[in-house]
Amino acid sequence: MAKELLKGNVAIAEAAVRAGCEAYFGYPITPQTELLEHMSKRMPELGRVFLQAESEVAAVNMVYGAASAGVRVMTSSSSPGISLMQEGFSYIAGSEVPAVVVDVMRGGPGLGNIQPSQSDYNQVVKQAGHGDFHPIVLAPATVQEAIDLMTLSFDLAEKYRTLVFLVLDGAIGQLMEPAELPPMREMTGLRPSWALTGQDKRRQNGRLPDKNIITSIHMSAEELHIFNVHLQNKLAAIEASEVRYEENFIEDAEIIVVAFGTAGRVASTAVKNLRKANVPVGFFRPITLWPFPEQRLAQLADRAKAFLVVEMNAGQMFHDVREAVGRSVPVEFLGRMGGLMPFTDEIEQEIRTVWRRSEVLALHRQQ
Amino acid sequence: MVMLAPEQQLEKLVYERPSSLEMCHTHYCPGCTHGVAHRLIAEVIDELGIQERTILVAPVGCAVFAYNYFNVDAAEAAHGRAPAMATGIKRVNPNSIVFTYQGDGDLASIGLAEAVHAASRGEQLTVIFINNAIYGMTGGQMAPTSLSGQITTSSPNGREVLSTGQPMHVAEMMAGLPGVVYSVRRSLHDARHVIQAKQAIKTAFEAQMQGLGFSIVELLSSCPTNWGLNPLDAVHWVRDQMIPVFPLGDYKVADALQSKRARS
Repeated sequence: MAKELLKGNVAIAEAAVRAGCEAYFGYPITPQTELLEHMSKRMPELGRVFLQAESEVAAVNMVYGAASAGVRVMTSSSSPGISLMQEGFSYIAGSEVPAVVVDVMRGGPGLGNIQPSQSDYNQVVKQAGHGDFHPIVLAPATVQEAIDLMTLSFDLAEKYRTLVFLVLDGAIGQLMEPAELPPMREMTGLRPSWALTGQDKRRQNGRLPDKNIITSIHMSAEELHIFNVHLQNKLAAIEASEVRYEENFIEDAEIIVVAFGTAGRVASTAVKNLRKANVPVGFFRPITLWPFPEQRLAQLADRAKAFLVVEMNAGQMFHDVREAVGRSVPVEFLGRMGGLMPFTDEIEQEIRTVWRRSEVLALHRQQ
Repeated sequence: MVMLAPEQQLEKLVYERPSSLEMCHTHYCPGCTHGVAHRLIAEVIDELGIQERTILVAPVGCAVFAYNYFNVDAAEAAHGRAPAMATGIKRVNPNSIVFTYQGDGDLASIGLAEAVHAASRGEQLTVIFINNAIYGMTGGQMAPTSLSGQITTSSPNGREVLSTGQPMHVAEMMAGLPGVVYSVRRSLHDARHVIQAKQAIKTAFEAQMQGLGFSIVELLSSCPTNWGLNPLDAVHWVRDQMIPVFPLGDYKVADALQSKRARS
């Protein structure tokens, strides 16, 4: 298929359709509404389910219901809506049903504004709801990557029976870029054995099958402890095999810039520019925010002199980078909030500052 | 020994456990009418022959373990969200029969928006609404359906309507929504009313089976434990105190259901 000019939100919606999304439930909120609008047109014409819910709370619980029935289901929202959906995220995690959420982040807290932001990082990565769980969190930097990760989101959700977040800032949602959509996935109509379908759908040899129950209740402390251990083991398996990242100019880098999403795009340009000026800077972009590529960052910390984290928030991923690289290497931060994005030249200037500071530090250490 | 032909056998089975009801003990308090409501629903599911395509969405509250007591596929919803979860289940399983079982705190308080909007959309769902005018599971706090002057653990001087409002009338309110095809109130306080309640539950499920729209049966129920009454006094309290405030009756019966009832 040829590349076409696609808007981020629309491309993600169409990618979800082609990945076999059978049901979409959502509520309009800027800057993700085009996603919902595209679904409102495409899903019914393919005989699939689209429903505009009365609230984000209802939308996520509709997702929970359809996920319990074992279909590929998703919702999308933006920061204030994600806050409302947290109840459902926790139940989905507690019931181990697969579901996909797209969060097109805007500025906060509160109503904030509708400008691009990365200020939901902690909310989706650290605490997407009450209880001990993490969703898988994928963060694209381009429209093409958003399309590719949308497909992956459904695959990972099904593979691990887990919640998967595709998070992007409003800039990628609103951006138009040439990109290629995947072919339409063939629909089998098959449901997993655990799904709520009615017992008749699972009947074999005329025998009434056992009922299926989807629940997150474990009343005894021991039982709930055992479930949580099981959940943690599953999360450990995800951490062991699903880490994804991009890196450039890393081999001889003395300064490493870490950024994701749109901040990653801008930082990547800054790094390329400085390489031409012979500044030994490398670029590292986490694609999975959870599981976080902490092992790779720890390896890089063995030879880098300093790290610079660039984000469109007050420094949320910064703490994960700091934890990964330890205290022996300086980790500095450049952030913009409220919908502002760091400019390329600002990042270049900051990289030079961090580089000079690390040189001075190295000089001190030699003396 | 005289051998009897099958038609001459002296024993005739007139009462047995419905197949849709599990053989197990429930956690409900003595004298609570949840057990009666469960039994009626299970009988209706059996009689309509829909056990294998029925899916229950259980609530938060006293009926939180309802999924253990029915032998049908089931989900456990978040507090008040059963109608939204049921919407998701039904939309992707259009041939199944989906019902929620909700108490007054679940449906009339925290989940009112989900219940009203599912009803307004005319979702093909059946809601069994247990109204006992109190929060049972959390130990007897005031509900939206608590009576004026009713003493609860969070209205120790009696419900004061000037500050906390009048008891909420769900069956009447639902009847005002175009998507609703059946909205009635029944009571579980004596045998005659229990039989009427069963007929209403059956009609509500039939409405869904015919794809007519949203159906809801409000059942006035007892809560001896939190009302501080013995089981007998509790059903008398339903009769004497609740029914005058929550009149029994048909608040909406779609024409398609009325003509069916006239035929039968």
